[in-house]
Amino acid sequence: MYTQSFNVQDTPGAKAVASVQSKEDPALQAAFDARIDADGRIEPQDWMPEAYRKTLVRQISQHAHSEIVGMLPEGNWISRAPSLKRKAILIAKVQDEGGHGLYLYSAAETLGTSRDQMLEGLHSGRAKYSSIFNYPTLTWADVGVVGWLVDGAAIMNQVPLCRCSYGPYARAMVRVCKEESFHQRQGYEALLVMMTGTAEQKAMVQDAVNRFWWKCLAMFGPPDADSPNSLQGMRWGIKRISNDDLRQKFIDATVPQAKVLGVTLPDPDLKWNEERQHFDYGQIDWDEFWATVNGNGPCNKERLATRVKAYSEGAWVRDAAMAHARKQQERSMKEAA
Amino acid sequence: MSAAVDYLLHLADNALVLGQRNAEWCGHGPILEEDIAQSNVSLDLIGQARLLYQLAATLKGGAVTEDQLAYFRDTHEFRNYTLLELPHHGPLSGYASSSLDYGTTIVRNFLYSALMALLWEALEKSANADLAAIAAKSLKEVRYHLRHSRDWLVRLGDGTDESHARSQASLDHLFPYTQEFWAHSPAEAAAVEAGIGVDLNTLKADWDAIVDAALAEATLQRPTAGGYVSEGKKGIHSEHLGFLLAEMQSLARAHPNGVW
Repeated sequence: MYTQSFNVQDTPGAKAVASVQSKEDPALQAAFDARIDADGRIEPQDWMPEAYRKTLVRQISQHAHSEIVGMLPEGNWISRAPSLKRKAILIAKVQDEGGHGLYLYSAAETLGTSRDQMLEGLHSGRAKYSSIFNYPTLTWADVGVVGWLVDGAAIMNQVPLCRCSYGPYARAMVRVCKEESFHQRQGYEALLVMMTGTAEQKAMVQDAVNRFWWKCLAMFGPPDADSPNSLQGMRWGIKRISNDDLRQKFIDATVPQAKVLGVTLPDPDLKWNEERQHFDYGQIDWDEFWATVNGNGPCNKERLATRVKAYSEGAWVRDAAMAHARKQQERSMKEAA
Repeated sequence: MSAAVDYLLHLADNALVLGQRNAEWCGHGPILEEDIAQSNVSLDLIGQARLLYQLAATLKGGAVTEDQLAYFRDTHEFRNYTLLELPHHGPLSGYASSSLDYGTTIVRNFLYSALMALLWEALEKSANADLAAIAAKSLKEVRYHLRHSRDWLVRLGDGTDESHARSQASLDHLFPYTQEFWAHSPAEAAAVEAGIGVDLNTLKADWDAIVDAALAEATLQRPTAGGYVSEGKKGIHSEHLGFLLAEMQSLARAHPNGVW
């Protein structure tokens, strides 16, 4: 699942993708521009401007980090899933997110950055991931709401990425989107069932919607007016639809779903605008969004420390696999000699 | 009828309890590929548990469901091997905590998968046709689990000094619990008598061969069996199962009339 818009810079020290005009070979640059203009695909062996490469590494690795950090809030409920069927669905879902992380790290590796380098960025706190995962999952209903709203928002962001100009990323996204749309329907279905249950269950669903609604709207990133990097992303065919347009699309799609579900979306300003043919909505709290992106959300420290713990405590296992592989190779060379 | 139900619950509890344990790795694996692998093993086991509980529920009749069997039976009613409920670390008291240890996970998955690869194959010939069908499905899955855990056992045993020492320690800790596989239980005896179940002692020589070959390749020493023989399959468990079930069952029990 993913994510806020792709204009969140890694901090500190990660260099902004500054120079739009590459100083490299003008003939190569012209060929690259022509390919982009013709809506063609850039492949790993093709020449590309350094700024394009850096932007993609940052975006794809942020996306991959979001997938694996995103395993934690949902994984939080695997052990307590209230039925065996829901337990199996949830494990499969969280496992899918791990799989997305795997495809995305692999896609980013085609740009010349290793998975270890990317993980080092995450573990040191330099690299960003989707801020939505810095909020806690407090009840079982959160699992359904994360599927319905968080994955729903992610799909809005991700479907256009299937047409991204960078081939390996675009192809990874085709599969990711299929799985995400399945997760979204599973989440919604889980909530529909709960809404046929007891009063406590219905209250649990409403409470989860109340806590996640505004955070999901912020997932699309700052308003277009405050997103200077978006334009370059669009020029390169990495970003296809603006933050505000995606957010509007998500709201318009979600309001009728909330009605069918029987929950209220916690925004008194949410109403249909006949003239715009869209729903109007209230003010998003961007201060809170930036505070969370910059490390001060309720779970930032826990999420990062948990990732670091898993990685450092698993070092001996990875070392063992490498040592065994080396020994095997030595043995087979000895036999051949 | 009761012999079949008791036997099915033993098989189902084994699958559920180990599935619940292995799912603890989801999001915490030593490497992303292994995180995904353990989730997959866990999914297979929970899938097996569901089929077995559903069959047991059908045989019990009335309004019994798979979830009632999983969520509304207490510790002493569970019939899984004690081996499968132990936490993913070395010997500690029930309320002590420790980090997850992948060596423990791999050794346990290996010892149990080696048994189940043989047992599911034998149960394909069970007099209960539904159980035979579940066995056929489960056999395909457990062969993967065995291959996966055996490969890692060899990597850990043969890998570094640290991984060798850690996997040997896990083996020393867990191996005595495998004595329970071969110990008599009334439920198994009744199932064998009814032609539904399999006498595990007929599989022991094959299990020994699988284990010994893997340990030799992993350069690990097989511990000498002996000492306490656990009795989880008779409902007498370690301190750890109570905590596992308390967590697993908490939400379902907080909302006994809930629909999920």
